[in-house]
Amino acid sequence: MSELIISCEAVREVEALCDEFHNDPGELIAILHAVQNKLGYLPEEVQRVIARKLGIPASKVYGVVTFYSFFSMTPKGRNPVSVCLGTACYVRGSDKVLEEFKRVLGIEVGETTPDGRFSLDCLRCVGACGLAPVATIGEKVYGRLNPSDIKKIVAEFED
Amino acid sequence: MIVMDEDDCMVSVAKFFLEFTVGESCGKCTPCRIGNKRMLEILDRITEGRGKMEDIDKLENLAKVIKDTALCGLGQTSPNPVLSTLSNFREEYVEHVKDHVCRAHKCKALLTYSIDPVLCKGCSLCARNCPAEAIAGEVRKPFVINPEKCIRCGMCLSRCKFGAIHVI
Amino acid sequence: MENLINLTIDNRPVSVPKGTTVLDAAASVGIDIPALCHLNLKGTCVRNAPASCRICVVEVQGRRNLAPSCATQVMEGMVVKTNSARVIRARKTVAELILSDHPNDCLTCPKCGDCELQALVTRFNIREMPFQGEQSSRKKEHTVSITRNMDKCILCRRCESVCNNVQTVGVLGAVRRGFDTTIAPTFDRMFKDTDCTYCGQCVAVCPTGALTERDNTDRLLDDLCDPDKVVIAQPAPAVRVALGEEFGYASGTIVTGKLATSLRRLGFDYVFDTDFGADLTIMEEGSEILARLKAFLGGDKTVKLPIMTSCCPAWVNFYEHNYPDLLDYPSTAKSPAQMFGAIAKTYWAQKMGIPREKLVVVSIMPCLAKKFECEREEFKVDGNPDVDYSISTRELARLIKRSNIDFRCLEDTDFDKPLGESSGAAAIFGATGGVMEAALRTVYEVYTGKTLPRLEFTEVRGLDGIKEATIDLAGFPLKVCVAHTLGNARYLMDKLRAGELDYHVVEVMACPAGCIDGGGQPYHHGDVEIIKARAKAIYAEDAGKPIRKSHENPDIQKLYREFLGAPLSERSHHLLHTRYFDKSLK
Repeated sequence: MSELIISCEAVREVEALCDEFHNDPGELIAILHAVQNKLGYLPEEVQRVIARKLGIPASKVYGVVTFYSFFSMTPKGRNPVSVCLGTACYVRGSDKVLEEFKRVLGIEVGETTPDGRFSLDCLRCVGACGLAPVATIGEKVYGRLNPSDIKKIVAEFED
Repeated sequence: MIVMDEDDCMVSVAKFFLEFTVGESCGKCTPCRIGNKRMLEILDRITEGRGKMEDIDKLENLAKVIKDTALCGLGQTSPNPVLSTLSNFREEYVEHVKDHVCRAHKCKALLTYSIDPVLCKGCSLCARNCPAEAIAGEVRKPFVINPEKCIRCGMCLSRCKFGAIHVI
Repeated sequence: MENLINLTIDNRPVSVPKGTTVLDAAASVGIDIPALCHLNLKGTCVRNAPASCRICVVEVQGRRNLAPSCATQVMEGMVVKTNSARVIRARKTVAELILSDHPNDCLTCPKCGDCELQALVTRFNIREMPFQGEQSSRKKEHTVSITRNMDKCILCRRCESVCNNVQTVGVLGAVRRGFDTTIAPTFDRMFKDTDCTYCGQCVAVCPTGALTERDNTDRLLDDLCDPDKVVIAQPAPAVRVALGEEFGYASGTIVTGKLATSLRRLGFDYVFDTDFGADLTIMEEGSEILARLKAFLGGDKTVKLPIMTSCCPAWVNFYEHNYPDLLDYPSTAKSPAQMFGAIAKTYWAQKMGIPREKLVVVSIMPCLAKKFECEREEFKVDGNPDVDYSISTRELARLIKRSNIDFRCLEDTDFDKPLGESSGAAAIFGATGGVMEAALRTVYEVYTGKTLPRLEFTEVRGLDGIKEATIDLAGFPLKVCVAHTLGNARYLMDKLRAGELDYHVVEVMACPAGCIDGGGQPYHHGDVEIIKARAKAIYAEDAGKPIRKSHENPDIQKLYREFLGAPLSERSHHLLHTRYFDKSLK
């Protein structure tokens, strides 16, 4: 069994979010989005609560969570970094930008720094191809990146 | 349509697009789930100099069958970059396989770095900057790159002030 | 007939009703398009149509790409080619791709010879493996019932369909995506940490060796060779109508006599019959039905109705996991196999002077959940189980072949006495509705004191998912209901929980069509006619029996006279009844 790692209050929050969507199994993805937004991730226990509220097997919830790379079962960093690997960004050298993020943060794609400050992911096109290569940190978009910029950008987020 | 110049390797470009479809494949139908993966593995082999001529035929057959049998639009269009580069730039594939040459200098594993003994002044800058300690020589005499040790990072090329580093 | 669609398949004109798939339309004119993920047991709710394997593709004139025939409906004037070079090449390449992510250890695979992928490889004339590359490395697990080796999984999703849509157990599902997709229990757990009921329907439909039974044949061979042990056999009713298929007999051939002989040849010291346990179950469960009915009619408001059957071990697991609040409703009667074990290791062992620890009771079952049932602590005395272990119909067939027994040449013999005597009522336990019909034969006569005007309760027979009937018990309308598949069981239990279930007696069997299509039976490979033939054979077995009511079995009567006293006596309660536990996942 999973360890109880989320509070009763968090469980009530998850239940309330399910209620907001009328506990409709068709809204599963929207509910997962809302819950991850609130809690930062989707641990097993939370998935069980959602399954119970929606009246669907937990295996179904788990299947959806593991299918979409956006959903995470481990806590994301406070500043999630996403490097675009779309065609335009790739041709303009986003692979080197990604390598530099890995080096500076000391983590691989999909991981979170031990202090919980940053997590690193890639995505395919943020719709800002004119600014290629592009990365986002949280809500902020960085364009025309050069590997040599990364250290400075990361430093902006030291907290 | 995407416009690129001679600095892009057509095999690598096909590989780039395939990496995308392999990453986006939902995994439901066989041709997309396994077929695209196998195509990508063949392209990996070709760009790393381990390709065989029969790989090109396999690639072409796979691409046609995947296009013909995949369940959704992603799978049905995923072989297009392979098919279009094969029909327009087949000679680049053949060069990778037969001559182990990537004319756009994009496929790292196929590059050979060498030092022109005439142009080299023996300043040792390349040797001091080589992260793999693959360059050796005596000061003021031509330096030599050990191809066994070379990791083809291009550091020597970017540091040399005399244009003595050649890449083929 | 109106609404007929005319099309051409391989140059042959075909007319089929609107809505027919190209696959079925082709089959109607003898064109057998190969398919792999597709499964449709027509007449039951077992169906899997994801159109995902792409083996059954065909060429449709005017269409750009190839069409999956299993998911393409016929259209007027359609011109279909199922065997053009383009189709044959594509089909072969798709099969080769499947092989490139498969262990291909066919020689030692438990499914060798029965594997649908292997059959396709032979049929497509595949002689080499053109594609090499990364192989999936997925989890393996041995439970007491089911063996899971997902490296052999081809992602046809049949198991997912039965586990979710048919059984509503919801344990198996697709996890992750792309090449990393795997079918796994919830949260990648082991089966034992989930709500799995071990019904074995995932095994029954798996086309490859990814899901198979836990094999107990070596353990049985060891016991049979041990001179210090007395090994006795009890085959279930559904085994005798399916075992013949493994030896080339037409489906529905009854091989009861050869079954008994083969068990003797294998070296069993005594060959008895689970049917004896089935008759005993009717005596106990029937008496429980009557007791609850009398209390109900006497105005007792606390009596739990409907009473539900408890023979099926997957169904028991299902309500222990999902309905812990309703555990008072099922009958407390043990399953026939467990009743047999309890009697064999007490009454019979004492009679024969065999110490419990020397006696090995082996059940031969159409079922995989029975293997789990044997392991239940409540069915053990000082750690010694009433039924030591269970083997499936398939395992028995393998053991017969391995022991050089030419099954087709065997003479017929009878089961040994006294635990081998049985009625026709016991024989029909193997089909959905059978336990109900058997119970009604006894309940009616005991309640009314009259002889039944007709023995057959045809209203509870057949493949309908939920069957209802009202039986006139001397003026009292007894409302009964029969459900098969756990999905239908869930429907009834949810109604019961809501207080809306208006029956007196309910029968539930976890497997579609009942035990005849159990997880341990010879594979049907999607052919529902096999299951129908087995059902027909079950009722023929009943009709051929001189005694057709459980309470008229003379050896059952003797057992009560000599040992148990009466149904629901203290000794009966101790030996033949059980209790249930809350096993819901917290």
